[in-house]
Amino acid sequence: MLILECPYCGVKAEETELTPGYEAHLKRFGPGATPEEFEAYMFARKNPKGVHFERWRHAYGCGKWFLAARCTATLEVFGTYPAQSSEPPADLQAKIKAKRPNWEGYK
Amino acid sequence: MKRYSVFAIAKQAMNYHLGWEKAWASPAPKKEYDVIIVGAGGHGLATAYYLGKNHGIKNVAIIEKGWLGGGNTGRNTTIIRSNYLQDPSAAIYDKALQLYEGLSQDLNYNVMFSPRGLLMLAQTHHEVRGYLRTVHANMLQGVTTEYISPAKVKELVPIINIDGPRYPVLGALYQPRGGTGRHDAVAWGYARACSAMGMDIIQQTEVTAVRQEGGVVKGVETTKGFIGCKKLGVVVAGHSGQLAEMAGFRLPIEAVALQALVSEPIKPCMDVVVMANTVHGYMSQSDKGEMVIGGGTDGFNNFTQRGSFHHVEETLRALIETFPMISRLKMLRQWGGIVDMTGDRSPIISKTPLGNCFFNCGWGTGGFKAIPGSGWAMAELMAKGEPGALAEEFSMWRFKEGKFIDESVAAGVAH
Ligand SMILES: Cc1cc2nc3c(=O)[nH]c(=O)nc-3n(C[C@H](O)[C@H](O)[C@H](O)COP(=O)(O)OP(=O)(O)OC[C@H]3O[C@@H](n4cnc5c(N)ncnc54)[C@H](O)[C@@H]3O)c2cc1C
Ligand SMILES: [Zn+2]
Repeated sequence: MLILECPYCGVKAEETELTPGYEAHLKRFGPGATPEEFEAYMFARKNPKGVHFERWRHAYGCGKWFLAARCTATLEVFGTYPAQSSEPPADLQAKIKAKRPNWEGYK
Repeated sequence: MKRYSVFAIAKQAMNYHLGWEKAWASPAPKKEYDVIIVGAGGHGLATAYYLGKNHGIKNVAIIEKGWLGGGNTGRNTTIIRSNYLQDPSAAIYDKALQLYEGLSQDLNYNVMFSPRGLLMLAQTHHEVRGYLRTVHANMLQGVTTEYISPAKVKELVPIINIDGPRYPVLGALYQPRGGTGRHDAVAWGYARACSAMGMDIIQQTEVTAVRQEGGVVKGVETTKGFIGCKKLGVVVAGHSGQLAEMAGFRLPIEAVALQALVSEPIKPCMDVVVMANTVHGYMSQSDKGEMVIGGGTDGFNNFTQRGSFHHVEETLRALIETFPMISRLKMLRQWGGIVDMTGDRSPIISKTPLGNCFFNCGWGTGGFKAIPGSGWAMAELMAKGEPGALAEEFSMWRFKEGKFIDESVAAGVAH
C-alpha cells in the first residue's frame, strides 16, 4: 500500500486518497514544436526501473498537486515536495543518492 | 521430438510413463546466432516458431532472464477475442484467433483453446452505442461478432444479475468464437516446437546490454557473456523500456502493474467469459472450477509484479453486484504482472532506430490473445526486414505521426 505525505497539509495519505499524475517536471510543448518534441512530451515518458519523480494529487484531501520521489522497483518512497519546484530539491536528491549510490542523478 | 498421440500415451502407459522425453532442451549458448530473441514469453517464442516454420530461419536463440512463460504469459487471465474496433487491431487479433483455432494440432501440444464464447456487457448507453459501432466495424472487417439482448445474456449466463440497480445489463457484445486457452501450455507448446527445430532456449540468462557498431546491432551482453547475432528481436513486455535504453532510444511505453485473482474451486456455474468494463471487472471459470477474475491496472509506474490492494476490493465489489452468488467465495490467490502500456493502448511491432534490431511490445493488458498473430507478424518483419500487412500500422513512429490505433476508447479497461 502506497502512502505519501502531502507536503501542503501534512497528511499521510494512502493511495485511495490520491490521484496519480505520472512523470513530474515535464517540459511542455505545444503549437510550433517539432513533431519529435511533441511526441517526446506527449508519449515518450521516462519509465525507469528505479528512482522516479512523479506528480500526485491529494484528491480526497486538500486537492492540491504535489511531487513525489519513489523507487519503481521496490515501491520505496524517498519523499514528497511542492509542485512549484522546477527540479527535485537538493536535499532530497542527496538522500536518494545515499540510498541508491548507483543512481545517475536527476536528468 | 517424439509426437504426442493416443498411441504414445498407450505405449507409455505400458512402460510406467518412464519413456517421456524432455519437452525442450536446455543448451549452453553458442557464440553467435542468425537471430536472437530476447524474452521467452508467448510473443517471443511464437516469433521464433514462425521464423522457423514460415521463413526457414532456424539458427535462433531465445534468451530468457527467468523461466520461459514466467512473465505476463504465465500470469494472465487468458481471455481470447478478436472483436476490436480499429482495422489494424481487428486484422491481427483475428489472425491470432484463427491460428489459435488450429494451434494444438499445429504444435502437437494441447493448448486447451476453449472457444466457449465471450460477452462484453453494455451497462451504460454509451457502451451500447460503442458496441453497436464495433459490431458494424467488425462486419466490414469480416470478424464474426454480434450484439445481443439482456434476455439472451441471462440465457447464456444464468448467474448474472441483469437488473442493476446501479448498472443494469442493457445488452452485450458477444463473440461465440472467443474464449480462453491454457496460458502455460501456449508457451510450452511453442517452446517444444522451437526446440524441435533446433533452436536454443536459454533460460536464467539476463540480457544486460546491447552491442552495436555503426548503428547496427552486433549482439547482446548477458549474464552468461556476449552472444553475437545478425538480427535482434526484443519481446520483453514490461521491460521494453529498459531494453530500448540499452539499444539507445526511448519507447513511448510505461510499465504498470495489472493483477488477477482466483477463487476456491466450485462446481461449474458459468461456461462463457464475461467482461464488465464499466464496473471494471471480468470473470471466467477455469477447468478446475476456480473463478478467474481480473480488474484494472494501477495508475503509477511499477515493476514489482504486485498490484495495489484496493484494486482487489474494487474489482470484487463490481463483480459481486454483477454476480451476487460469488459474494460468499473465498479468494485463493492473487498476483500481478508488469504490463507495457502505450499511449493509444495498441502494440508496437516495429523496426527501430538501431539497424537489424526489432521490437515487439506494448501489448499491455491484452496480449495473450494475440500471441500467434503477433509472432507471425514479427517473424515476417524480422525475416524480410520490412513489416508485412499485419504489422505495418504498428510502427513505433506512429506516435510522432499522430497515426494512432486508438483502442483505448474501444476498451478502456484491461482487455
Ligand atoms: C494479470 C494479467 C491479466 C491479463 N489478462 C489477459 C487476458 O485475459 N487476455 C489477454 O489477451 N491478455 C491478458 N494479459 C496480457 C498478457 O498477459 C500479455 O500481453 C502477454 O502475455 C505478453 O506476452 P509477452 O510474451 O510479450 O511478455 P511476457 O510473457 O512477460 O514475456 C517477456 C519475457 O521477457 C523476459 N525478460 C525481460 N527482461 C529481460 C532481459 N533483460 N533479458 C532476458 N529476458 C528478459 C521476462 O522474464 C519475460 O519472461 C494479462 C496480463 C496480466 C499481467
Ligand atoms: Zn494535502
